[in-house]
Amino acid sequence: MTIDAVPDGRSAGRVVDPYRSGALREPTRAPVAVGGDPEAVELYGPVFGTTEVTSLDADLTRRHLAEPHGERITVSGRVLDRAGRPVRGQLVEIWQANASGRYAHQRDQHPAPLDPNFTGTGRCLTDADGGYAFTTIRPGAYPWGNHENAWRPAHIHFSLFGRAFTQRLVTQMYFPGDPLLAYDPILHTVSDAAARARLVAAYDPELSVCDWSLGYRWDIVLDGPSATLPDPEATR
Amino acid sequence: MTAPIPGPAPVPGPAPVPGPASAPGPASVPGSASVPGPASVPGSASVPGPASVPGVASTPGPTPSQTVGPFYGYALPFPGGGEVAPSGDATAITVHGYVYDGAGEPVPDALLEFWQAAPDGSLVPRPGSWRRDPASGAFLARDGLDFTGFGRVPTGADGHWTLRTLPPPPTAPYLSICLFARGLSGHLFTRAYVEGLGGERELKGLAGDRAETLLARREGAGVFRFDVRLQGEGETVFLSFDR
Repeated sequence: MTIDAVPDGRSAGRVVDPYRSGALREPTRAPVAVGGDPEAVELYGPVFGTTEVTSLDADLTRRHLAEPHGERITVSGRVLDRAGRPVRGQLVEIWQANASGRYAHQRDQHPAPLDPNFTGTGRCLTDADGGYAFTTIRPGAYPWGNHENAWRPAHIHFSLFGRAFTQRLVTQMYFPGDPLLAYDPILHTVSDAAARARLVAAYDPELSVCDWSLGYRWDIVLDGPSATLPDPEATR
Repeated sequence: MTAPIPGPAPVPGPAPVPGPASAPGPASVPGSASVPGPASVPGSASVPGPASVPGVASTPGPTPSQTVGPFYGYALPFPGGGEVAPSGDATAITVHGYVYDGAGEPVPDALLEFWQAAPDGSLVPRPGSWRRDPASGAFLARDGLDFTGFGRVPTGADGHWTLRTLPPPPTAPYLSICLFARGLSGHLFTRAYVEGLGGERELKGLAGDRAETLLARREGAGVFRFDVRLQGEGETVFLSFDR
């Protein structure tokens, strides 16, 4: 994925509209650094296991009586820390709109059909290589009220846990080549173009399943001070 | 084959947090020292650590946060998310409060996650925050026995949330909170120091004259109040754990 794939908006001939919902919500004061307290509970984090996640949770297309509408996709990648080490056995949660761009949520009332065969939530635990994989359908774009003719580019919401609470991450994965990326105020809350590019998956035919699904690869790097601590799995 | 990984180079390290940071604090918050470790030198974050994986010469920068948006409600909350205390435990406390925006209006679509040490000071993460129905896969509440230290509670239409948990230990007398909401480009960390557990001095060192925004005040027997003000008058102190 090249940086040019996510232009900064100016190259699209206009300035990207601001994300209005943040106006009364983003704090105005700088965060206070906790510093190097080795006893901070945030250097540890919750864990999840077989009680929480079943193997069926990673396939969003098999929750109902029939197949959902849409383009079936496989989304797979690795979760790493800043040192490039795999983040193993940690919870990944996703949620998304259906192929028509409608969420199974009562606050989403835009005139696109709900799909009785698609809810749009999934969970899995990362494997020994930090790998995750979901089978789902490609979500649709949808209009929203940020500004006139604002449409969100297709995206999948991701929630991730690392080895420490400081590594907590909620973000969104986008699809390559989407013309809406250049106009999206939410994507552009990330000011650095290289960082924005890291939110865009790569089409990867190696991940496609023949006559079944299109493959997308998206690796995730968790931040946070625990990246400097030894990996408990590696030192055991 | 695999997607070309964006180059190793132009990733600026995590910006040093400006502002009222370096707490002239007590011993519990040692100066401005960063987390010990081989990669603790500011700006050297992209240097692979000693345990880096062969074949991963150097990792790209961290994946940025994006807002949780308005539609997480059918995906992230789970039954019993605010019932962290084992059922019937007589020592359990209730911590509750409101989340307000910069206009003083309640925030009806925030999600709060809680993480804390057990009353005996232990921090041994264990699974079991929710269970699954073996037949349907439906989400069931906790088993009522294990203490996982983790809670997840969405605010209601009135911006209010409630957590029932065990009191954190005097050695770490706070609930760590990670807050998400539509409109926030990323999550916010803060802490609720439970009044009466001896954390007031540490709190003062951490947050100075804004310390009261991090205090969960006793309202009654076993009930504590902690409001979050995202912006403006009485803005809650949010925390950074960057190196």
